[in-house]
Amino acid sequence: MADGDFLGGVELISPVEFAKGKIQAVQDYALLSVQSVTNLFKKPLYIADFIQQADSIGVGSLTITVLTGLSVGGALALNSASTLGRFGALSLIAQLVSIGMVREIGPVFTGLMVAGRNASGMASEIGSMRVTEQIDAMRALGTDPMKKLVTPRVAATVFMLFFLTILADLLGLVGGSIVARVMYGLDWHQYWTTSWQILAYSDVLMGLIKPLLFGFIIATIGCYYGLTAQGGTQGVGRATTQAVVASGILILVVDFFLTRLLMTMLGYR
Amino acid sequence: MPSTLLMDDANRSHANSSNQAIIFEDVRLEFADKAVLDNVSFSLPRGQTKAIFGATGSGKSTILKLTLGLFKPDAGRILVMGEDVTAMSENDLFELRRKIGIVFQESALFDSLTVRDNVAYRLVEEGKIGDEEIDRRVHEALSFVELEHTVDMFPSELSGGMRRRVGIARAIITKPEVLLYDSPTGGLDPVTSTTIIELLVKQRDVFGTSSLLVTHRLQDAFIMATHRFDRDTGHMQPLPTGSKSHVPMSFLILREGKVIFDGDAIELVKTDNPYIRRFLA
Repeated sequence: MADGDFLGGVELISPVEFAKGKIQAVQDYALLSVQSVTNLFKKPLYIADFIQQADSIGVGSLTITVLTGLSVGGALALNSASTLGRFGALSLIAQLVSIGMVREIGPVFTGLMVAGRNASGMASEIGSMRVTEQIDAMRALGTDPMKKLVTPRVAATVFMLFFLTILADLLGLVGGSIVARVMYGLDWHQYWTTSWQILAYSDVLMGLIKPLLFGFIIATIGCYYGLTAQGGTQGVGRATTQAVVASGILILVVDFFLTRLLMTMLGYR
Repeated sequence: MPSTLLMDDANRSHANSSNQAIIFEDVRLEFADKAVLDNVSFSLPRGQTKAIFGATGSGKSTILKLTLGLFKPDAGRILVMGEDVTAMSENDLFELRRKIGIVFQESALFDSLTVRDNVAYRLVEEGKIGDEEIDRRVHEALSFVELEHTVDMFPSELSGGMRRRVGIARAIITKPEVLLYDSPTGGLDPVTSTTIIELLVKQRDVFGTSSLLVTHRLQDAFIMATHRFDRDTGHMQPLPTGSKSHVPMSFLILREGKVIFDGDAIELVKTDNPYIRRFLA
């Protein structure tokens, strides 16, 4: 490797080469992201692949979404109750669970869980195709892998994560209501009425915009690491790990800035 | 150096390009500041098969990927059926690639698809013909490689030799004008290798397809240079002594990214290049 050296089996790369590599990676990722969207408006459209991916990503992630929603909603109710109980305001549990789940925890947790399952799946599947020359074969057979592999996965993840998040929000409220009723004796009707009334249009909007962006991050990161995998099965394993870590971190970082941006745009104080 | 060791680039560049399926003109390609191909020039006349030899890492497979436009050279020009692949966009290349078939070193079959779907892949993607016609063409292609019975199997259920033959069926289903073979006999036993070589000879002699054959096995290429496909017996037969020149077969030898020989079998066996002599030994 140019400007590189080995020291006791550890590869040394000059800072310039390292920086060049990182810039190149960002550029490649940006190109993949743009193409994944622009390909939606170019023929051929791989509708069957989209449906297959939607089934794999959406239906396949139902179990983890249900469990995540119920558990997180219940835990949120427990934590809220321990604080609110000191002020005799247990009736506010529903409001905290509702706002917390819909605006923040539902989208982020669902995004992280789907990233763990699907970014890794995409990276390993596409990575395996890459190291066994199947991607080259696809190009050689006249098919654009960006259209055939990337765009259907991105579209399906964005589409399905949107609905998975709504489901997680709802199940979070269900989890919270079970804890509130069984452990703290709150009335069902009061819980559901309060949690519904506290939600403003802007809360719901914020909670529904986030999964669109998180879905895009999960699929583009998974596909990017898959398409750039090299070095046999070890390389595929590395790509899979990197895809999960990168998509998870990116979801959390983007969530912070997006929350701030949406709060400004939607008039939160 | 003998004149047959085609180092005369000027002659090649003046060759009538309409008679050539593939032309490489002073192609140079570097990976990580190391020249993989260094001013490589050669041409493949239509209907001919050219076997490409060289040690591992000499740039043989790279030539095939450059021909398909999967890589872009750093310098030089590559013409495939008269079209300059070095100047084409990726979208235009997808069109051109439909006229070229390739058999990959490890077959590169899509492991999630059945043999039928692998072989039919290109036809399904083009979407121009119905399922019945696709099935007929798949059957025809699989008959060519004598693997009709594998139609519903997955690649993981096939042996290495069978996967290569399915790879050949996938490559020929659209009756391409140019075929590229990347070590089709690599890692196979001699009997299976001969079966594969017979298929290559059949493709060359029955359909007159222009092809580049990358291989480590010199004996495979010599078999191709000394045999013809006999339609009556359905097998390849050795040529009578002295008739080798009628076989449309030539050899290209690379060493460290440079062409050190380009000629036919007779010229190859007469060469006095020490590296090639060692190769032949």
